[in-house]
Amino acid sequence: MTTTPLRTDDMAPAPAPARDPKGDHLRLAGSAAGEIEAEGVYAWFGSRLVLENVTLTMERSKVTALIGPSGCGKSTFLRILNRMHEVVPGAQLAGTVGLNGVDIYGSGQRAMDTRRHIGMVFQKPNPFPAMTIQENVLAGLKFSRSQAKHRDDLVEEMLTKAGLWNEVKDRLGSLGGALSGGQQQRLCIARSLAVRPSVLLMDEPCSALDPTSTLRIEKTIQDIAGEVTVVIVTHNMQQAQRVSDFCAFFLAEENKPGRVVEAGPTELMFGNPADPRTADYVNGQFG
Amino acid sequence: MSIDTPVRTPGAASSADAETTVMPPAPRRLPSAIRPGDFSSTDVALLAFSALSSFFLVWVAFYQITSLSGVLGFLVSWFVLFIAMTWISTAQVIERQVATDRVVATLVVSAAVLVVGLVLFIVLWVAYKAVPSIHWTSLFTKDQKNFQPASPNALSTVGISEAIVGTMEQVAVAALIGVPIAITTAVFLNEVKGRGVKLVRTVVTAMSGTPSVVAGVFIYSIFIIDHIMNYSGFAASLALVVILLPSVTRVVEEVLRVVPSGLREASLALGAPEWRTTWSVVLPTARSGVVTAVLLGVARIVGETAPLIFTAFGSQVMNWNVFHGAQGALPIVIYSDVRQANQSFLDLAFQAGFVLMSLVLVLFVLARLFSRVRDKDAKKRGDLPIEDDALARMFLPVPMEKSENLS
Repeated sequence: MTTTPLRTDDMAPAPAPARDPKGDHLRLAGSAAGEIEAEGVYAWFGSRLVLENVTLTMERSKVTALIGPSGCGKSTFLRILNRMHEVVPGAQLAGTVGLNGVDIYGSGQRAMDTRRHIGMVFQKPNPFPAMTIQENVLAGLKFSRSQAKHRDDLVEEMLTKAGLWNEVKDRLGSLGGALSGGQQQRLCIARSLAVRPSVLLMDEPCSALDPTSTLRIEKTIQDIAGEVTVVIVTHNMQQAQRVSDFCAFFLAEENKPGRVVEAGPTELMFGNPADPRTADYVNGQFG
Repeated sequence: MSIDTPVRTPGAASSADAETTVMPPAPRRLPSAIRPGDFSSTDVALLAFSALSSFFLVWVAFYQITSLSGVLGFLVSWFVLFIAMTWISTAQVIERQVATDRVVATLVVSAAVLVVGLVLFIVLWVAYKAVPSIHWTSLFTKDQKNFQPASPNALSTVGISEAIVGTMEQVAVAALIGVPIAITTAVFLNEVKGRGVKLVRTVVTAMSGTPSVVAGVFIYSIFIIDHIMNYSGFAASLALVVILLPSVTRVVEEVLRVVPSGLREASLALGAPEWRTTWSVVLPTARSGVVTAVLLGVARIVGETAPLIFTAFGSQVMNWNVFHGAQGALPIVIYSDVRQANQSFLDLAFQAGFVLMSLVLVLFVLARLFSRVRDKDAKKRGDLPIEDDALARMFLPVPMEKSENLS
């Protein structure tokens, strides 16, 4: 693991870099999907160990689902991947997380830069209520003070990717909170995509939504998966089966920290799991 | 009301064309032991006779048996006896539970009526004392330079423009200095959460207990006694800042606290630095709550008198320069003129009080409007991310809610 700062030109060659036709706002983040390798990750809240020795690779341009019962450390692990873990007071961790071979926790790495490369969508839709739909999409660019010349095109492109453009194109100037829950979540996805991350983390993005919106967002995930690597935490087994290429099953046995029990291609995990606990969980025996 | 036994009003649609014209049933009247609107004639009679008999009993006790006097004592005794009689008679006629319930309700309503009555009384009394003698044009255009209180039409040649200008300038300067510091401190307390937050919060809370006269003496002793500066409106502003800071800080902190933490996380997850998150996400989200807090804080210092006495000192001539020389202020006009044994001075003092109250009223209405504007925004966007309106309600009169749906 090297500790050079994250820069797009340092990154390993990517299969299909998503180039913008106008090529104006590509400098901000890596436009190519990235690969994340977590090695020997431990996490604590205060003195309580919640995650133990997690080693997992999330492959480039693929969708990886993190599944497991509540309290097994999936969300904690997800937040470790873009340094949101350290926002919680008293949170600590050990191990390394590499984005395209660069340790994001290496000395000299700033959390801000990491988060621009690795975006996040939260469980509860959280568009900025004081901003319009358009401003919400452009918020990430505003925060990093990068100038996009073709803002309108960028807004259209991102909202189209998130599958929201047709519903909101006539009211880009109204406030983000005016949308329905499912639309708000897609707006949040568009907002995260607008800074052109290499990886998009999703923390139970559909758990607050109705089935129709859930399907709409799953379609969005599949649409964007080629351009960004997606890591999604979900409690919904069908959803994991529908959207993911790879799966990792987390489990915390009683009074023990969470661990990865099994990880692999989704068909294998659901069709022929190696560990009996995985079989029980994916078949709904517990959890 | 049970669903399977709908109550139909006479003349409602028959079941044949029920599908085309479904009339909602007339709402049932539910009994209420508390709301006067639902009192039966027995209830009214009980209350009325309790009031009457307690009145006469107190009258007999006061003026026939003993030789007590005093309107206040009479009213208090009457009220206490009225409560007691209401309980006893209701317990006799209806039952004890209802009696207790009714007595508690009466006490609660009485407290509310007392507070509203007091405020109305103060406002109306000042208006009553001030308005008849006001010369509107001179009041706002002239100062007290050529005051000849003995002359019969003294108030037609003087006014309190110097005090109005002084108060406005002093409060504006105090707000310009105090509000940025207060908001920044609130951000430190709620967003930065660094070391010393508890200490700072304790100090701010203790500071809000500072007697305002001490704030005045403080500025007086460090600036004016040592001739660092003379009596001036600016010195008064500094003293007012001491009063303004803690109150605005604490209220803004409360407003920031109700900004959902998910918004901060969303901003951080986009790669925003902390200061950006505060500036572009947290503060805009809490905007109207912050504005309300500031307006209420300003309304609080407009009427402060004690900090001004040693600092602005008061002046009877117009002084536009807030940074130099003694300056008039509305509270000082009241304080000094109301003690004069002359009707013109007294009238002027009440007029100054009237103007001051109007100023505060304008600020309160502005604060109310700001929370309204936000409500409308929230309605438009279909959600209410922040309940800072609840905060405004703590300070502001709220129009009586329609409570029909409660019954």
